[in-house]
Amino acid sequence: MTSILAVRGLEKTFGNVVAARDISLEVPPQQTAGIIGANGAGKTTFVNMITGHLRPSKGSIAFEDRDITGLPSRAITRLGISRSFQVAQIFPSLSVLDNLCAAAAIAHGSDRILGCAITALRSPRTLAEAEALIELFQIARFRDSRAITLPQGVRKLLDIGMAMASWPRLLLLDEPTSGISIEEKFDIMDVVMAALRSRKITVLFVEHDMEIVARFAERVLAFYDGTLIADGTPDKALSDPRVQLLIGGAKQKLAVLPRAADA
Amino acid sequence: MARANLVGALAFLALAAAAPSLPPWLVSLATIAFANALVVLGLMVLWRAGLVSFGQALYYAIGAYCVALLSRFAGITDAFLMLLAGGAAAAITAFLVGTLLARYREIFFAMLSLAVSMILYGTLVKTESLGSTDGFNVPPATFLGYAPHGGVLGLWLFWVVLGTCAIAAILVSAYFRSVAGALAVPVRDNEIRVEFLGLSVNRLIHLKLIIAGALGGFGGALAALAIGHVDPNMAYWTTSGGFVFVTILAGAASVAAAFVGSLGFELVRSFAVDVLPGTWQIILGSVLLVTILFLPEGLGSIFLRLRRSEARTP
Amino acid sequence: MLTALAIFTDGLVYAAYLFVVAIGLTLIFGVMKILNVAHGAFYAFGAYGAATAVGIYFDRGLPVAGGFLLMVLAAMAMGLLLGLVLERGVLRLVYGKDEVIVVLVTYAAFLILEDVIILVWGPGTYAAYQPLVAAGSIAVGNLVLSGYDIGLVAFAAILAACATWALKRTRYGRLLTVVIFDRETAAAFGINVTLVYTVTFLLGAMLGAIGGAVMAPKIAVTLGIGVEVIVLAFAVVAIGGMGSIEGALIGALIVGLCRAAAVHLVPQLELFVIYAVMALVLVFRPYGLIARAQPRRI
Repeated sequence: MTSILAVRGLEKTFGNVVAARDISLEVPPQQTAGIIGANGAGKTTFVNMITGHLRPSKGSIAFEDRDITGLPSRAITRLGISRSFQVAQIFPSLSVLDNLCAAAAIAHGSDRILGCAITALRSPRTLAEAEALIELFQIARFRDSRAITLPQGVRKLLDIGMAMASWPRLLLLDEPTSGISIEEKFDIMDVVMAALRSRKITVLFVEHDMEIVARFAERVLAFYDGTLIADGTPDKALSDPRVQLLIGGAKQKLAVLPRAADA
Repeated sequence: MARANLVGALAFLALAAAAPSLPPWLVSLATIAFANALVVLGLMVLWRAGLVSFGQALYYAIGAYCVALLSRFAGITDAFLMLLAGGAAAAITAFLVGTLLARYREIFFAMLSLAVSMILYGTLVKTESLGSTDGFNVPPATFLGYAPHGGVLGLWLFWVVLGTCAIAAILVSAYFRSVAGALAVPVRDNEIRVEFLGLSVNRLIHLKLIIAGALGGFGGALAALAIGHVDPNMAYWTTSGGFVFVTILAGAASVAAAFVGSLGFELVRSFAVDVLPGTWQIILGSVLLVTILFLPEGLGSIFLRLRRSEARTP
Repeated sequence: MLTALAIFTDGLVYAAYLFVVAIGLTLIFGVMKILNVAHGAFYAFGAYGAATAVGIYFDRGLPVAGGFLLMVLAAMAMGLLLGLVLERGVLRLVYGKDEVIVVLVTYAAFLILEDVIILVWGPGTYAAYQPLVAAGSIAVGNLVLSGYDIGLVAFAAILAACATWALKRTRYGRLLTVVIFDRETAAAFGINVTLVYTVTFLLGAMLGAIGGAVMAPKIAVTLGIGVEVIVLAFAVVAIGGMGSIEGALIGALIVGLCRAAAVHLVPQLELFVIYAVMALVLVFRPYGLIARAQPRRI
């Protein structure tokens, strides 16, 4: 298999609004790619189409050489693609452990609902899986806390952890560091990337922070107005004049810092 | 968990043993209360997933009318046979209705379930051959050939109801511990997440609807045998409302609460109707209000708190 | 041909009455997102109040118009009183809670109010037919139309027009529309949302009571009228679209005409057809026929 994900001519319109236009790309296995773009550029629409939340108006999506265009999200999850969310989608009334047990139970449980009616939620298998994820993301001290009480950073880690319970081969992270303070962003990303790399997962992550993208991505996909305007290494893509003009790049950001140091 | 089952089993056995020494009106009242408790148990299954059905009376009435029709037109009087038939008819209906209903949530789910039950009501009321608003009587039940009368009949009905309730309680408790049952809370909390983890929430809810429908049917069948009469009011929205009332009172946490709550409700209702005839709905409404405002987890939460505090003390 | 005309006129009259009852319900839902089961109690109190007013006023030789006015005023007074008690006393405590919880609270209030009716008016039946008789009748070809029914249709039409105009042209109406769309933003702009809620609820309650008042001369005012009407109002509002006045109008017309058709053609289906239509509409349009687009959640 040459590419784990192959997208051709992807398009999405909502009535008169064209949210995504003519998107084509291929992702080799185990690559870590960053997706950048201003708000409304079509990043989340792209992620939603890959993960089955939206059906593309045109074009095709292939995962591991298999056509997954238009499949519902749960089928896509079962095939090996997971995602995390801009706003962490967790189960507020359950503990961290139970959140992960639920994710593991669904992932490894039977596809048949009746099978689900017989197995227990906290079985040895789901517990082992949940504990492994807790360790991987270093959130052991929050193990029994109710998810609604968690600080933002831990929520995002839990969200990603739940997505990992199904042992996906491709993981899409929608703004993994959004809402997290600047001091914590890098630490959180370090933990996440280490966890993902240990399981050999291909990652596409949406980010607004260019420093995070420059540091963690091997490849950058730049979106603007529904299309890709740049696709290459961070150095190349972030110094692309179109990207700098339309999205803003590392160069602009660095320009701010010396002045603050002067004052 | 095993201890709760043991306590429950003992309670049921104690009731069964005590029945012959209790006054017949109490046995009769308890029979109806426990039959209704089955419907409440079904509502609990749905309530845990965040769904409130204002149309369980549909299944209650199907179970009841199934019994009445079998005994009137097919000459069947065996209680066990009619019970199974009523439950099966309701389960099949729930399967069919559920293919539609499983797609809805919250207010829309409540309204659609209401509409479907009112369709049955509207049909029953206008059907002359079924007695329209008067309904019709159900002949006394027999038990595998044995045909008791009077007080003994009442006792046998009570024992059959108790037995059905015990089986239902065990099965539903097991269901709550299973993945499908335990996922009710995640579904209520965040349905989109459950879908993204790989489970079809609609199919899960469809299963819950079938369970609730079947329980409603069994309850209705037993009620028909106990009351000896069926009428379209059993499908009316206020009947559904009554079941919802007890469910809120009982809460979603404890299976036992369905039975205790239902018994309590029937006792208070008959007491209030006798002693304070013009105000029993005021009492009902006030109790419901107080429960919702101050004890949102229902009385069952008191059981849970007791159990948790026991677990903590050494 | 005569049957078709009869169906049309019957349907229109029934639709008019349903609209007057349902407009309050849809208004309260649209603004406050509350499905108010107690609306049935507003209707019942309005009917009983009007029946009492009719009993006091008519048969004394006083001008008939005054009687109609008194009925409406009695209803408005009932609605105002009940609305205040319910909104300030009970609903205020559950704002912001789960929609279904609030419905259950209104259901509890409904149960309580049903018994209050017995306490005040007793379990008997009241007849208030005098306004019906006083309005006379008109013959149109082979059909005899009651003057009261014609007045009812006219009243409903005027009410619909006024409500639509008020929402679109008056300052208060536009405030309401803003609150309907986004409560938090409205509050952030300085709109006194609490006041808007209270006023809306009172308006809705009064409209519900007026619905009962205008129906009082046509029915037997007795126990259970509130219970019957609330499910019909739900059907109308669910079909038309919750929170929409045009929706209430369309829902009322559909239910009214379907029922009239059933009554004249296949009487056994009278009740069946109303809820079957409701179920059918909800299957294809869960938010009703006049629905607003729902925003993206993730």
